Amino acid sequence: MHELSIARSIVETVCERAGDRPVHTVTVRVGALTAVVPDALRFCFALAVEGTVADGARLAVEHRPGTLRCRRCGTDARIDDPILLCPCGSADVAVIAGRELQIVSMEVG
Amino acid sequence: MCATCGCGDHHHQHPATETVTLEEKVLAKNDALAERVRNRLAERGIIAVNLMSSPGSGKTTLLERTIRELDGRRPIAVVEGDQETPLDADRIRRTGCAVVQVNTGAGCHLDAAMMNDALDALDPATGSLLFVENVGNLICPALFDLGEGDKVVIISVTEGTDKPLKYPYMFRAADLVLINKIDLLPYVDFDLDACRRHIAAVNPGARVLTLSATRGDNLASWYAWLAGPTDRRGSAWAGGARPDTGPHRTSYGTPAAPGRPGHSSRSVR
Repeated sequence: MHELSIARSIVETVCERAGDRPVHTVTVRVGALTAVVPDALRFCFALAVEGTVADGARLAVEHRPGTLRCRRCGTDARIDDPILLCPCGSADVAVIAGRELQIVSMEVG
Repeated sequence: MCATCGCGDHHHQHPATETVTLEEKVLAKNDALAERVRNRLAERGIIAVNLMSSPGSGKTTLLERTIRELDGRRPIAVVEGDQETPLDADRIRRTGCAVVQVNTGAGCHLDAAMMNDALDALDPATGSLLFVENVGNLICPALFDLGEGDKVVIISVTEGTDKPLKYPYMFRAADLVLINKIDLLPYVDFDLDACRRHIAAVNPGARVLTLSATRGDNLASWYAWLAGPTDRRGSAWAGGARPDTGPHRTSYGTPAAPGRPGHSSRSVR
């Protein structure tokens, strides 16, 4: 359950930035290739905010699909599967999106 | 009705909320600390190898034998990660090697803060080979940079051939994959070629070695890999997610002065 560590990390950052202002919503961006399950993250977030200024805050998850660029055929392909393979069959690919794991914003006050 | 507090009428003011843009990596703190660990290791010429696998794949057995057989070639130290108990650290300690046990409690992986604390407690000698035995788990440890030089994933032939496909994040993170317990191949239903294909499917850049830590098959290849420079091993991170800031270690084919680090062993939690 690495989502618990990740949720704690989010809450720690948000609380530092919020100071003593209550936090109502936190928005995070989660790429499809990060091995982070949004439902598990929401569950862990609800536990991690207890007793903090973000207690009761809602976690909004922005999903980012995976995209890879094939070095053989040169095209970009969307991929939501962790097996990195271009539709042309080549495994010589670069991931250009889908590994995002970011805290986008928070609503405070 | 007031949507903010649910009160019946609106004779009080609600403070306006404000949206604060953060645009910050979730693991920024871990990654910054991992970078500090990486620098700390590089300054002292310490090579750190992070061993990851499911429980029971033979990490501790491989370590015990590696420590005994590389004895005197270079100081070796070990960070032992487990949820509970000092049992694995006790096994390593019996080889005479410096070891520190890190119990993660409810945690399922080591992180950079634990690695940093373990380094404080262990204080490995300059030029050491530092093994990190991560918590037995094929999912969570893949996400956390410890500041190590290499990630080694171990799979044993008593597990399923299809593990690389079932746990692709872990196998994709690997610089080297060890297929262990090949002495048991006659007795188990494990397709070595298929396993290699599955590893290549999730990580075309990974090197793969087959070995038996108990019988000793092919351990020379493992030791040769440990002695080789990181930048000749090929990057498993062709996708570009891995920072290029890691140290390019130099060969340790020429052994440093013989000797071991102190036989100290402490526990951090």
